Amino acid sequence: MADIDTESKLIDDEYKYGFVTDVEMDQAPKGLNEDIIRFISGKKDEPEWMLEWRMKAYRWWLTKEEPRWALLDYPEIDYQDIRYYAAPKKMSDRFKGEDGELDPEVKRAFDKLGIPVQEQDALTGVAVDAVFDSVSVATTHRKVLEEHGIIFCSISEALREHPDLVRKYLGSVVPFTDNYFASLNSAVFTDGSFVYIPPGVRCPVELSTYFRINAMDTGQFERTLIVADKGSYVSYLEGCTAPMRDTNQLHAAVVELIALEDAQIKYATIQNWYAGDAEGKGGIYNFVTKRGHCRGRNAKISWTQVEAGAAITWKYPSCILQGDGSTGEFYSVAVTNNRMQADTGTKMIHIGNNTRSTIVSKGISADQSKNTYRGLVQIMPTAKNCRNYSICDSMLVGSECSANTVPYIEAENSSAIVEHEATTSRISEDQLFYIRSRGIDEESAINLVVNGFCKEVFKQLPMEFAVEATKLLEMKLEGSIG
Amino acid sequence: MFQERRDEMSGNTFFEVNNLKANVEGTAILKGLNLTVGRGEVHALMGPNGSGKSTLSNVAMGHPGYEVTGGGLRLDGEELLELAPEERARAGLFLAFQYPVEIPGVTVANFLKTAHDATAGESKLSTTEFLKVMRKNMELLEIDSSFVNRYLNSGFSGGEKKRMEILQMLMLKPKMVIMDETDSGLDIDALKVVSRGVNAMKSDDSGLLIITHYERILTYIKPTHLHILIDGQIVVSGGPNLVKDLEEHGYDWVREHHANESLAAV
Repeated sequence: MADIDTESKLIDDEYKYGFVTDVEMDQAPKGLNEDIIRFISGKKDEPEWMLEWRMKAYRWWLTKEEPRWALLDYPEIDYQDIRYYAAPKKMSDRFKGEDGELDPEVKRAFDKLGIPVQEQDALTGVAVDAVFDSVSVATTHRKVLEEHGIIFCSISEALREHPDLVRKYLGSVVPFTDNYFASLNSAVFTDGSFVYIPPGVRCPVELSTYFRINAMDTGQFERTLIVADKGSYVSYLEGCTAPMRDTNQLHAAVVELIALEDAQIKYATIQNWYAGDAEGKGGIYNFVTKRGHCRGRNAKISWTQVEAGAAITWKYPSCILQGDGSTGEFYSVAVTNNRMQADTGTKMIHIGNNTRSTIVSKGISADQSKNTYRGLVQIMPTAKNCRNYSICDSMLVGSECSANTVPYIEAENSSAIVEHEATTSRISEDQLFYIRSRGIDEESAINLVVNGFCKEVFKQLPMEFAVEATKLLEMKLEGSIG
Repeated sequence: MFQERRDEMSGNTFFEVNNLKANVEGTAILKGLNLTVGRGEVHALMGPNGSGKSTLSNVAMGHPGYEVTGGGLRLDGEELLELAPEERARAGLFLAFQYPVEIPGVTVANFLKTAHDATAGESKLSTTEFLKVMRKNMELLEIDSSFVNRYLNSGFSGGEKKRMEILQMLMLKPKMVIMDETDSGLDIDALKVVSRGVNAMKSDDSGLLIITHYERILTYIKPTHLHILIDGQIVVSGGPNLVKDLEEHGYDWVREHHANESLAAV
């Protein structure tokens, strides 16, 4: 017989972003207390109200317990064993008004990741904000953005330059009392991006933030706030990586999107945090709260995510559809291998009349990983003529992994139309045989099937990111044959 | 009377199945099958349900669910049994599936191009040339041009799937084709179209093995040889006239005839 060994021949998928950059760091001591929060706030020259808000969040957080309802299994997190602030020294000086030079090592790190952080190397059509551990190190394409009145900068800078705008919207979608991880983030968030698109402006470039965890034992707590004013449009992309380490690192981010009347926000994530090794040692714990608020009529928010990394993923990008006729979309591919665990999905809250939502979730599990879709579709009693369409498909690659679908549907208005479909399939021997019989090797056959499975989601990504997502998936599944 | 004919005598051994034995889930299905197809020949293989027809096509292509317990399989001098399915395809073997598999999210054009690139070797076409050839073949098979962007076999009717098999065959230009009940479930118009495609591919350099239940397809694609498979072995081989005998007398008669022959042989 031909050599068709269907047992998984585990090759550690090489995580090519696993390097560490040696750079002089300015960091806080490990542990969390009110002094640390004052330290972070002080580093950023924040307004007083910001510090007060952080303190309120911290005090609320102290009274709460970590949620454990997700289908995730991980040891207790010691929040006192984490460093809450780390920044390349040269960068933290920038905020003190000194040279502002980008540390050459940091620049090299981003070059290695293929992320152009300086104007002269900038990608055409994509403006990049790069976050290295706790601080934003570069923002490109400033000039063209300024011409349109678009604000795209780090949230720290926004707090200094545009405090009123930040104050008006920060925490208005995800209040610090929202959940355990969101309140932790509210207390200690270090950096992230701020975007404001003025009324009627169509942002001429893709905006992109690249998050890089480098320092050891450091948590990354970024906060992103995007406001699309009336009739505006913006497409935003986020990417993330971290070095390979055998200890776990915490990432607890909050992203808030606000779309006013007739505005549209497209938000895409390619998440490729280090996921730990084949035995499940190390990797990022990714506890993220992402929520969009369609505040005005006919607003539209669309989330697209490719979740391919992190040891633990706990993430539910959601839409609050308040404005009449507003639209929420969630397109997700979550791929888990080795011992990765993902519990991810979305919430679509229909408050306005004639609101629409679409959920397309594709879960792929390989090896011994666990992959859960968890989603809520809620139609409020007063919301008339709302529609939701959900499709949640799971694909199993191999026999030791698991996939779960946990859909909650609460339709409280009789005019609602809610459709939900879910399938689970194993990548079938017949499919692979059929493709191979046409001369295509087994590895490519698996990639064809898996990419076909994810097609609906990849279609939502801008071209170059769809290519990146396809490659990422191929890399993850290399050697995991079922 | 059947016309006995030994293919080895022709000296043209292009595709050779030699005493092939195979099990499915521990049960012996092929019990020493011998069959030789020469260049330019069209062989038909008929036999009742459960005789091992589909097992032969799956084993020939290398389906991992079948266990080969003995014998050999050669194409143009190359031993196939040690090769993976994709390597057999690259060696020039093509199987038109009885039940083509749906591949959601993979467009017909993408699939055909990927398969072409994997098998064509030095005769690889540029994308433009490839598309030109593909359109021409689609016209021949009366496949609507919208199909290039549809997902392979997804939601296709039975007839559309079979036509898609023939399109793949035309695009890959194999040396040896096995058609596994391609005619099953086709109406007369579709059968004509499929036959047109197969006849367009036939050449003096390639071989064709048509596995079928029905004589009907053999009026459109004329076989040079016919074999009858019963219980994992070819019991009778003959020329095209064997079809008429079979039509008149049925498999029981073949079984009986074969039994007498066997007795005579002892």
